[in-house]
Amino acid sequence: MQPVLSVKNLTVQFPTRRGTLTAVDNISFDIMPGEVLGVVGESGAGKSMTGSAVIGLIEPPGRISNGEILLQGERIDNLGPDQMRRYRGKRIGMVFQDPLTSLNPLYTVAEQLIETIRTHMPLSSADARKRAIRLLDDVGIPAAERRIDDYPHQFSGGMRQRVVIALALCADPALVIADEPTTALDVSVQAQIIDVMKNMCAEYGAAIMLITHDMGVIAETADRVAVMYAGRIAEIGPVRDVITDAKHPYTAGLMGSIPTLATNSDRLTQIPGSMPRLSAIPKGCAFNPRCPHAFDRCFVERPEPIVSGTRRVACWLHAPEEQAA
Amino acid sequence: MAAGDGEPIVLSKPPSRLYRAWDSDIFYSYRRSPVTIIASIVVVIIVGAALLAPWIAPYDPFNPASLNLMDGFTPPFSESRMGNFYLLGTDNQGRDVFSTILYGSRISLFVGFSATLFAMALGISLGLVAGYQGGTADAVIMRIADVQLSFPAILIALLIFGIARGIIPPSQQESMAVYVLIVAIGLANWAQFARTVRGATMVERQKDYVSAARIMGVHPVLILARHVLPNVMGPVMVIATIGLALAIIEEATLSFLGVGVPPTQPSLGTLIRIGQQYLFSGEWWILFFPALTLVLLALSVNLLGDWLRDALNPRLR
Repeated sequence: MQPVLSVKNLTVQFPTRRGTLTAVDNISFDIMPGEVLGVVGESGAGKSMTGSAVIGLIEPPGRISNGEILLQGERIDNLGPDQMRRYRGKRIGMVFQDPLTSLNPLYTVAEQLIETIRTHMPLSSADARKRAIRLLDDVGIPAAERRIDDYPHQFSGGMRQRVVIALALCADPALVIADEPTTALDVSVQAQIIDVMKNMCAEYGAAIMLITHDMGVIAETADRVAVMYAGRIAEIGPVRDVITDAKHPYTAGLMGSIPTLATNSDRLTQIPGSMPRLSAIPKGCAFNPRCPHAFDRCFVERPEPIVSGTRRVACWLHAPEEQAA
Repeated sequence: MAAGDGEPIVLSKPPSRLYRAWDSDIFYSYRRSPVTIIASIVVVIIVGAALLAPWIAPYDPFNPASLNLMDGFTPPFSESRMGNFYLLGTDNQGRDVFSTILYGSRISLFVGFSATLFAMALGISLGLVAGYQGGTADAVIMRIADVQLSFPAILIALLIFGIARGIIPPSQQESMAVYVLIVAIGLANWAQFARTVRGATMVERQKDYVSAARIMGVHPVLILARHVLPNVMGPVMVIATIGLALAIIEEATLSFLGVGVPPTQPSLGTLIRIGQQYLFSGEWWILFFPALTLVLLALSVNLLGDWLRDALNPRLR
């Protein structure tokens, strides 16, 4: 089966006064139709930058310096601006972090939905309105027919995020990129929004790239997860496998630092140290200064993703030759 | 609107647009500010009188046939030697001061409004481009604005007026004077608009709805016009109002200096210039009433601008 999104050796760089910073470093992954791929990592790990690269919103001076991005088998990273806009607007929907700013405050929800629908679909405004009402109904806005003519400020944060989801889905996209969709929301609403998003995408047949730093959200929602560290993918594989049996020491550290009710300790466990600055990524494996299992090779040679069972791990511990030794 | 006792709450028809406008916060703050109400009444009276000048002016001050030099220097509220009554007196040529003020404020307001609109159009478009595009376009536009803002606006207007004088053939100078004035004052005042719009645009362009529009494939020009522009109009309206008062004063200053509209079509500034020649010989009214009109107009527009600034500023609510 052809993947919806296929990212190959993507590298995003920012030239600065102090040299070129590599925000996303040679990453590759696929998203299959209908699949939910979670992307996790600390702040600055390159998750959002990866999302921005896919939708073509990298701001200058940043640029994609290597690799390719394929949407349903067609390259989208090197299209002209016009083609790109038409192509990606229809097939990729976007859900942003802050529902306060992702809707234009001066237009009603109806105006924004109908405009978007009509940009991408040959519908009359009456039909577009019907579709908009159905979408709002589907994302769980009560009395959608009446509320559609309200302005964004008349909705609560959670409701607004539902509207944003409807907006992302209104052109029947193949892929929805959700960048921290629940971070700005009340905890009690987060689960609802995640549910709505998952069900809606399943219903409308869209795959999801879910960017978040919340392991809990990933565990509940995603089919597969990519763990990012310092612009690289540390580990990628089915959620269940990664959570229950983390192979990369960084993933293991992340899992270990989630507090549980079962153990009773005074201090929360954490990974010692912090993520290196982009200008000072250590030679070899980027995680080597913090890794409890680092050995000589880790300081010299950068590990490439190694297939290990159902997943790929960028760690020398799992290289066949090391395990044989 | 309120549901009666015991009745089920029925969501009635949404209130009309007119009611919503009346009920809005801006109108509320308007109704609560007597100064603003008075200022707006003064503006409405002056603008209305200027618009209706041909119908309400008792004399036609620009028709030489109806002028009577014998009526010159008639004091206010008195009958002239020829038996005509002049409310605010007459000037040296026997023109009715009240009528000249009506026609004069007409020209002052026309120049003021047009110049402000011109400055707005120029400043807003350049500000949008600078704020949205950034980079070289931003640097070039804003440096020009910075340089211009380091000169007094009136100096810029004088300079532009002088250059235009040199370019336009003398035969057309008289008829073109008003338009040259509009362009000169407009060009002198665009930088304020550009600065404000640029700042607001830079804030808006960061917001996700702009990114969403970009992803969707909306053309940048359309994004600016439909999404960014309406969201930056608040501060623009405030500067436009205060800019209107400034433009009217600048026009008066230029006309006072004798470089504005020709004396055959006097604006308030020209009237003041004519009047100041007679101030020291006792004919004070020729200067006083046009000047009073100018002050009232500029002050009221400024007060309206101040109120608008406070009303639109969420921090002062």
